[in-house]
Amino acid sequence: MLKTRIIPCLDVSEGRVVKGVNFVDLVDAGDPVEQAKVYNDQGADELCFLDITATSDNRDTILDVVSRTAEEVFMPLTVGGGVRGVDDIRNLLNAGADKIAINSAAVKNPEFVKEAANKCGNQCIVVAIDAKRSGDSWEVFTHGGREGSGIDVVEWAQRMAEYGAGEILLTSMDRDGTKKGFDLELTRKVADSVSVPVIASGGVGTLDHLVDGVKEGHASAVLAASIFHFGEYTIAQARQAMDEAGLAVRT
Amino acid sequence: MAKESIVIIDYGSGNLRSAAKAFERVSADEGLDVDVLVSSKPEDVLKADRIILPGQGAFADCMKGLSGIDGMIDALEESVIEKARPFLGICIGMQLMATRGLEHGLTAGLNWIPGEVVPLRPENKELKIPHMGWNALHQPLTEPQDNRHFVLRNVDSSQDYYFVHSFVFECKDSFHILGMTDYGGLIPAIVGRDNMIGMQFHPEKSQKTGLRLIAEFMQWKP
Repeated sequence: MLKTRIIPCLDVSEGRVVKGVNFVDLVDAGDPVEQAKVYNDQGADELCFLDITATSDNRDTILDVVSRTAEEVFMPLTVGGGVRGVDDIRNLLNAGADKIAINSAAVKNPEFVKEAANKCGNQCIVVAIDAKRSGDSWEVFTHGGREGSGIDVVEWAQRMAEYGAGEILLTSMDRDGTKKGFDLELTRKVADSVSVPVIASGGVGTLDHLVDGVKEGHASAVLAASIFHFGEYTIAQARQAMDEAGLAVRT
Repeated sequence: MAKESIVIIDYGSGNLRSAAKAFERVSADEGLDVDVLVSSKPEDVLKADRIILPGQGAFADCMKGLSGIDGMIDALEESVIEKARPFLGICIGMQLMATRGLEHGLTAGLNWIPGEVVPLRPENKELKIPHMGWNALHQPLTEPQDNRHFVLRNVDSSQDYYFVHSFVFECKDSFHILGMTDYGGLIPAIVGRDNMIGMQFHPEKSQKTGLRLIAEFMQWKP
């Protein structure tokens, strides 16, 4: 039986982890590779790096981080942030990433997702959607949640899946950083309307929130940053909570 | 004894650096002292003691990439079929062992194991496609350990492997299926015959359990 995936996410800027935790024994807690090794040892199911480097002319830094990580840990790695063209995707894949998350560039030019999926394979294209509630529906936001697009999230997710996205990474901007839990209504709406897996993201504050994301949000995977970064919970504790709630997880 | 060599065939189907790293890591951990080479040259395939065919993307594109390298398919036939050197196909590399594939049109495969690569259509329509994530192997467990395939002798149902695929290898003969996984019903996860084995999942991405299978493959003497 397929297991529910638990995915820790690291925000990386200029090659350094932002908001990282001081795990004991870490020589350099700001080094994404060191953090990746910790998550690997804890049994994370996948890893996600989000490059939040402000400048786009510094792509080599994230490539170096990815290639050093891929030499150390043997697990699926998703990388997102600042991906603008097929060359960016190729470079990240060649550095050792397995999946590439596309966000603003997809909104700017939806055909880009088609092109990327055709050239690199659906399985490595993740469309990241930043969603903000507006009345009874949700709007797609870009540029780190600063710019509205006027696009409906559910329609957008369906279109992206149709264009070849192998997976949807869905972040609630309303919940992100609040620790109030996923926007379950949003997650369920999107997960139930697309045939590809949906990763729930944004708002995790407790282990129960992870369980809710799957049970009530119908997500295939759950992503969290701060609860793992700050050492509040380990991946093993997350797995145990999900197991106790009756969800299939890796042992 | 001369140093063993492994070739990972590079035919333009994605990144092979991390795959090579996985084999190098296993070689170091097991004290095997094996040379791992990523190459797109048929002569390297002819020289290698073990051959890895990886693969990402669609069946048709991958087969096109492989046959687009002058002499590559002949080299594979000579090494794997005539000289019976151990062969491992991973993901699409496993699917290419089939007679034909239906992804992006009907395309002939290597035809080493009779069967077709068809869309994955689980009966439970709520199941997502691709089949993406960690899943367990079933079939090898029904065999007593002594009777099992050398590469699979240490597999047990508590271990999971990382899958990502939308198509599935339907073998014509069930004896070619060495392992199954459950995704809305049992589907082939490992196929093989004689000196060749193919894995639908990614052992090189499956952490310790995956590296264990790579280690077994590297020591397999079919």
